[in-house]
Amino acid sequence: MSTLTEAPPPLAPQAPDPRPPKRRGRWTPYWLLLPGILWLIVFFALPMIYQASTSVQTGSLEEGYKVTWHFAAYWDALSAYWPQFVRSVLYAGTATILCLLLGYPLAYLIAFRAGRWRNLIMILVIAPFFTSFLIRTLAWKTILADGGPVVGALNTLHVLDVTNWLGWTAGDRVLATPLAVVCGLTYNFLPFMILPLYTSLERIDGRLHEAAGDLYARPWTTFRKVTFPLSMPGVVSGTLLTFIPAAGDYVNADLLGSTDTRMVGNVIQTQFLRVLDYPTAAALSFILMAAILLMVTLYIRRSGTEDLV
Amino acid sequence: MPFVNWLKRNLVVLAGLLTLGYLLLPNIIVTVFSFNKPKGRFNYEWQQFSLDAWKDPCGVSDLCGSLSVSLQIAFWATLGATLLGTLIAFALVRYRFRARGAVNSLIFLPMAMPEVVMAASLLTLFLNMGAQLGFWTILIAHIMFCLSFVVTAVKARVMSMDPKLEEAARDLYAGPFQTFFRVTLPIAAPGIAAGAMLAFALSFDDFIITNFNAGSTVTFPMFVWGSAQRGTPVQINVIGTAMFVVAVLFVLASMAVGNRRNRQKA
Amino acid sequence: MTNKTDPTGDVRLTGIAKTYGDFTAVHPLDLTVPQGSFFALLGASGCGKTTTLRMIAGLEEPSAGTVHLGDQDVTALPPYKRPVNTVFQSYALFPHLDIFENVAFGLRRRGLKSVRKQVEEMLDLVQLGEQARKKPHQLSGGQQQRVAVARALINHPKVLLLDEPLGALDLKLRRQMQLELKRIQTEVGITFIHVTHDQEEAMTMADTVAVMNAGRVEQLGSPTDLYENPGTTFVANFLGTSNFIEAEVDSKSGDDIVLKAGGGKLVLPEARCSAPASTGGKVLVGVRPEKISLTHADDAGEIPEGRNRITGRIADSSFIGVSTQYVVDSPVCPGFEVYAQNIDRDPRLVPGAEVVLHWNPAHTFGLDAAQSVFDGTEGSAGVEEAA
Repeated sequence: MSTLTEAPPPLAPQAPDPRPPKRRGRWTPYWLLLPGILWLIVFFALPMIYQASTSVQTGSLEEGYKVTWHFAAYWDALSAYWPQFVRSVLYAGTATILCLLLGYPLAYLIAFRAGRWRNLIMILVIAPFFTSFLIRTLAWKTILADGGPVVGALNTLHVLDVTNWLGWTAGDRVLATPLAVVCGLTYNFLPFMILPLYTSLERIDGRLHEAAGDLYARPWTTFRKVTFPLSMPGVVSGTLLTFIPAAGDYVNADLLGSTDTRMVGNVIQTQFLRVLDYPTAAALSFILMAAILLMVTLYIRRSGTEDLV
Repeated sequence: MPFVNWLKRNLVVLAGLLTLGYLLLPNIIVTVFSFNKPKGRFNYEWQQFSLDAWKDPCGVSDLCGSLSVSLQIAFWATLGATLLGTLIAFALVRYRFRARGAVNSLIFLPMAMPEVVMAASLLTLFLNMGAQLGFWTILIAHIMFCLSFVVTAVKARVMSMDPKLEEAARDLYAGPFQTFFRVTLPIAAPGIAAGAMLAFALSFDDFIITNFNAGSTVTFPMFVWGSAQRGTPVQINVIGTAMFVVAVLFVLASMAVGNRRNRQKA
Repeated sequence: MTNKTDPTGDVRLTGIAKTYGDFTAVHPLDLTVPQGSFFALLGASGCGKTTTLRMIAGLEEPSAGTVHLGDQDVTALPPYKRPVNTVFQSYALFPHLDIFENVAFGLRRRGLKSVRKQVEEMLDLVQLGEQARKKPHQLSGGQQQRVAVARALINHPKVLLLDEPLGALDLKLRRQMQLELKRIQTEVGITFIHVTHDQEEAMTMADTVAVMNAGRVEQLGSPTDLYENPGTTFVANFLGTSNFIEAEVDSKSGDDIVLKAGGGKLVLPEARCSAPASTGGKVLVGVRPEKISLTHADDAGEIPEGRNRITGRIADSSFIGVSTQYVVDSPVCPGFEVYAQNIDRDPRLVPGAEVVLHWNPAHTFGLDAAQSVFDGTEGSAGVEEAA
């Protein structure tokens, strides 16, 4: 087919062309890319530009908005909502660390110790995705209910005293506190940590463990010096896949938290959908995007894993 | 002492199983509470066993309608994203071209962007264009954010495919089209299927982007969100449990078929 | 069945070359492979032999030159329009199709409807009739290799191209398959062009061998010709082992050249010298290790007249079974290798013993002294033989 689109080769014998013949289908990659890339440009890149322009507009719903290069919107947004920004980073960061601590043993278990249970455990990790995450997040309301068994146990073990002192909980409640929000975030994004970890652990040759053992490394040393460094690509992409959505999330803060646990996502949502203050919302969203991109770039630079895609 | 040693050896297993429990606990709660008969409007406290919700899953107004909207959007979004994403994946793996880096970034960025940012900016675009928010704007948004995940899944598969197989096909008298449909596509199929399943799950479960761009259309996650404010019907748990069971059965069945096929051939 | 004089099966490469940017994989090359022959392209990895093969198959477009099959210029034809089939390195069997469908693939693509009989016959020929419904990954390496051959041969190509077809097999199976391929080639009479890095494989199977190095054909000829009379140190080292002595041309007597090396004289038939030999000029004198006899210095008088001789001291000896391999240090050449058949073992020939090395001058060959004596040794023949 591609030969039809090219000029037909001359039939008369001719001197051999010293240049290599043009590769057939030189345009093929561009045709393959066109529809999808166009889609991303129009519905992903272009909106970013619109949003950037909206963030420097002034006006009102009734009279319409005009670009007035009103950069003060950024300053106003930041000074009004910096606690929400700080909270977002704090909650998402804590959740990411918890995900890594909780997810690593499970990924390790699936990769090296599960044997014939490997597939079953994988299914159990992925299957909850199919129950809407909102329903599952609502279930935490039941689990962490006031006076329920979980809160009771935490109380008996004096864990709540510690978290109260840290300001993570308030009194005998876990619901509507930062702890509940972090717990929900950790839960919701844990599979995004486990899957990349598993992928990079699974690639490790099991004989490396034996070799390390043979070379006088104790199990813990083997882990520290061999397994963990080799799983770094998984740690990096898992951290990003957990932190980014967690920082922008507003569902957990809304369902499990209170007005004191609002994150930046909640503010953007409210400004956009309830208050209809588009410039402020756009500025907030733009700041969040820039902050995340900056962090991602720095993080990837430092950990040296360029090819995450 | 033997117990301590055993504990030392299996510490990682125990920790892993605890995490697995943490992951599954909400699903257990969801399932158990699908048999509840709550007193008030909210289904957060256990009252008494009942099969009412299971007997009448559509008994709440709008619930099954929203489910149907979600399934339709997920279906078309999966189709669109899989088609476009597969084309991109092939272009990336099989061809050299200019602007490769830019294309890679454009694929990567949607995955590295908080949903709320994409949701808000897309809404700005739609508002600026004066687009009518609803089914179509949701579909457009879903195809957009599923695309990158499909590209990643298909790319991995195509990259691990031996390019010699296509050369062998061409050597054995298969033209470009026959080579693609007889060899390339069947071998890439598992990657495409994985990408499609991922797209379906992402689209069906998406809330944040949908919430911004839905207008008055209500998808299933939006219905759940709304009910969290007004009162949660038990039927939500029924649907959630059913989806979970169907997914597990589907995977188990496809694994069983795969195993049997292998055993027959061996 | 075979018609050796029919020119339609000749493969003719004219000035064919391949460059990738600044890198030249194949320098302009002329080569004719006659119909019905078993032709081997031999060389280390990266020497351009596979690129040459791929240009014949149509999988690589030549930067210059033409490919003819008989009288037809196929240079511009895509691979699926060339009457040429390939047995790929590591086979490239389609993993999603069973053995039957793999073998039937080419026939089906050419629109044949009833392929069953042909496929079954072909599978019987390669003794895989029982495995028709298995998937490739369920077969052993040797079986997969036979499927790859069957899949190509069933199309009755004018030329069968084999790209390192035995590389993935273990030594014993490789020997067996070498004979098997040779048998199939004689039976079907198709031209085989075989790319390999294994000199032994090339020599056992091929009628004609082209030794390639750095994108050029170093020498072309029958295996015996290449071995007995190599034209360059590369060929001499790549095919087997050679000893080299740097010598100076002293005089000419009849058909022979007389050379000075160290204190002694060596005789080299002029016909076996590929270098210009003017009196006073330098020549590399080569001799194969198995052509040399070893005599203890005490018995030097018993050596017949007219043989080339060198003195030295045994540095090392290793017993191989059929032969004993000695390394002899001589003033004209350190590390001279000698393979002695284990017929009558002289117990005095141990490391440290003074010996005389002697051989028939007819086994001597002369090369241009301007080249390195190490070409073709490291990383090529040596390593690959170990693999």
